Amino acid sequence: MQYIDEYRNKKLVLAVAGEIRKVSTKEITLMEVCGGHTMAIHRFGLQAVLPPNIHLLSGPGCPVCVSSQHFIDTAIAYCDIPDAIITTYGDLIRVPGSISSLEKEKAGGHDIRIVYSVLEAVEIAKNHPTKPVFFLGIGFETTAPATAAAIVQAKKERIGNFFVLSAHKVMPPALMALIEDGVGIDGFIAPGHVSAITGSAIYDDVVTSGRLGVVISGFEPVDILQSVLMLVNQYEYGNPKVEIQYRRIVHPQGNKIAQDLLSQVFELKDDRWRGLGVIPDSGLKIRKDFCEFDAENRFPVSVPEQADPAGCICGSILRGLKTPNDCGLFGTTCTPSDPVGACMVSAEGTCATFYKYRS
Amino acid sequence: MNKHEGKILLSHGNGGRMMHDLIENLFLKHFENTIINEQYDSAILPAHADEIAFTTDSFVIDPLFFPGGNIGKLAVCGTVNDLAVSGAVPQYISVSFILEEGFSMLELEEIVKSMAKEARYAQVAVVTGDTKVVNKGKCDKLFINTSGIGRVGKKDQLVGKAQKINPGDVIIINGTIGDHGMAVMSARESFNFKTQVVSDCASLNHLIRNILDQSPGVKFMRDPTRGGVATVLNELSVKINRGIEISEQELPVSKGVRAMCEILGFEPLHIANEGKALVVSTVDESESILRIMKDHPLGRNSAIIGTVVNDHPGKVVLKTVTGGRRIIDSLTGDPLPRIC
Repeated sequence: MQYIDEYRNKKLVLAVAGEIRKVSTKEITLMEVCGGHTMAIHRFGLQAVLPPNIHLLSGPGCPVCVSSQHFIDTAIAYCDIPDAIITTYGDLIRVPGSISSLEKEKAGGHDIRIVYSVLEAVEIAKNHPTKPVFFLGIGFETTAPATAAAIVQAKKERIGNFFVLSAHKVMPPALMALIEDGVGIDGFIAPGHVSAITGSAIYDDVVTSGRLGVVISGFEPVDILQSVLMLVNQYEYGNPKVEIQYRRIVHPQGNKIAQDLLSQVFELKDDRWRGLGVIPDSGLKIRKDFCEFDAENRFPVSVPEQADPAGCICGSILRGLKTPNDCGLFGTTCTPSDPVGACMVSAEGTCATFYKYRS
Repeated sequence: MNKHEGKILLSHGNGGRMMHDLIENLFLKHFENTIINEQYDSAILPAHADEIAFTTDSFVIDPLFFPGGNIGKLAVCGTVNDLAVSGAVPQYISVSFILEEGFSMLELEEIVKSMAKEARYAQVAVVTGDTKVVNKGKCDKLFINTSGIGRVGKKDQLVGKAQKINPGDVIIINGTIGDHGMAVMSARESFNFKTQVVSDCASLNHLIRNILDQSPGVKFMRDPTRGGVATVLNELSVKINRGIEISEQELPVSKGVRAMCEILGFEPLHIANEGKALVVSTVDESESILRIMKDHPLGRNSAIIGTVVNDHPGKVVLKTVTGGRRIIDSLTGDPLPRIC
């Protein structure tokens, strides 16, 4: 398969790994920010081909994992609105809220549907004009432009029963929050699909104030290893900078149309991240111009904040301070079929990935 | 034409005239054989000295029609395959329909026809059946249960039992994996892309008979349906308390299934098959079995995908294309598409 097989070529993988061995002399800890990278590293067993002085940490880039319990509880509260149809991306439905999950609510008879694209949710709204249709907007700059496009389309077509509960987030503030907390990281493997939208300049602050290198990486084994090599080079020569490894997709300026859509529909807000707390200007809120599509505006519900489940260390895992093996619940009380914390729920979550690919 | 003509009504299941007509004009017409034609309360079957395999399965698939088959074909293949992988020669099956009031008579006939066709191919006789009609909304269009009986010859009695499996034994499959699950998903979900994935739904009894009659090397067989190849191999490794090692490089996966799995974040090893058999055999006989399988139309893409090993008992390990290794677990819950 084109653009896949060549980036999974065993010879190439081993050659890049060999180059890393040659260049790397110091202990180095790199954080792969995105859950997609965590998945690929485990799926292809990449840690095994890296030298032991290179440590990879999983960061806060799994959108399902960082969505707060409060968000799930709010979505569940919307189930009780008469005739409500809740639409969501698939892996959100198993995320536990404080007392229930969307999966359990669905079993209880609520109309909860998995969609593959937000535009499907718009179609559902068109086909059920008398029912309120909610879309649970999660994800970073990757999925947010699609949500923005759907809202613009709904406005254009005057669809009055389509509402978005936005938990969309932006990536850079979370990285800065990690740096400010003094987590021991020597560089970031940054998500390529985020920068396909935003461009590469969003990480300039990480380099200037954090003195840490950032390599914007693709998701195949050769991409990830090449990104590691680039970061190792930066680190060995004391030259942190933003580099783009994923050049076949990422342009330094990003995707202007998507950026315009984002700023047309959303504005920044302080937002709660599971495990990281409230981070200033890290969330995307629907602007006043489109407030008729903002679920929180149209259907205000009062949902109390709840403490994270006892014993769950998802927060420390998302910060890269601990690994799933440090958690007393991991693999016993908390498993993919009965998850406690969100890191176990999403296929991209660090705990789910560790559980699935443990070796 | 009356707008309700051609629809299943509650009266079709009430034991009266309409039900009689339905049985006569639809079921008996297509399933015709000397045993069912008698219309006794039970089918009376000839006895024989061999052991008997007996299995049952219910089919509730949505949508009823999908690329490569429909619920009827599936209901015959599923039961035939359960018998065949147990070493049995499938002979008789029963068919029970639970129909939702208002279901299309035309669709029912199409489904019954394909059941009859598949039964003829598999050389099994549909010898008894039942029909119930439930109120609109009380079931999803149509559910089918099939049960089946087959004879198990003396030499084949261990095939379904996973005994005497040793390290070094090899695992063979008769073709590409994941086709059924992905075909059904592409028919069910509103993807904005077209796929050409076709279900592998097929009766495997003739292929399996060829293997068992021509080679003494088979130690175990199982059809990897729901939960996919990964789930069967995990259950097997726990049962025999040995490790299983499979090679990603050798796994046959069609281009379409691979593409869908890449897009949705699925693992082909977890996706359902309806026309596949996993065969565990001695290493000495493996090449000969592979040849027998490849000679059959349902085994053209057969491949040796792994071996039984002494290490990591109870676990299935995949050697990845990039030279890494990882554990493959059983499927947990339904596979969910990844957000990004």
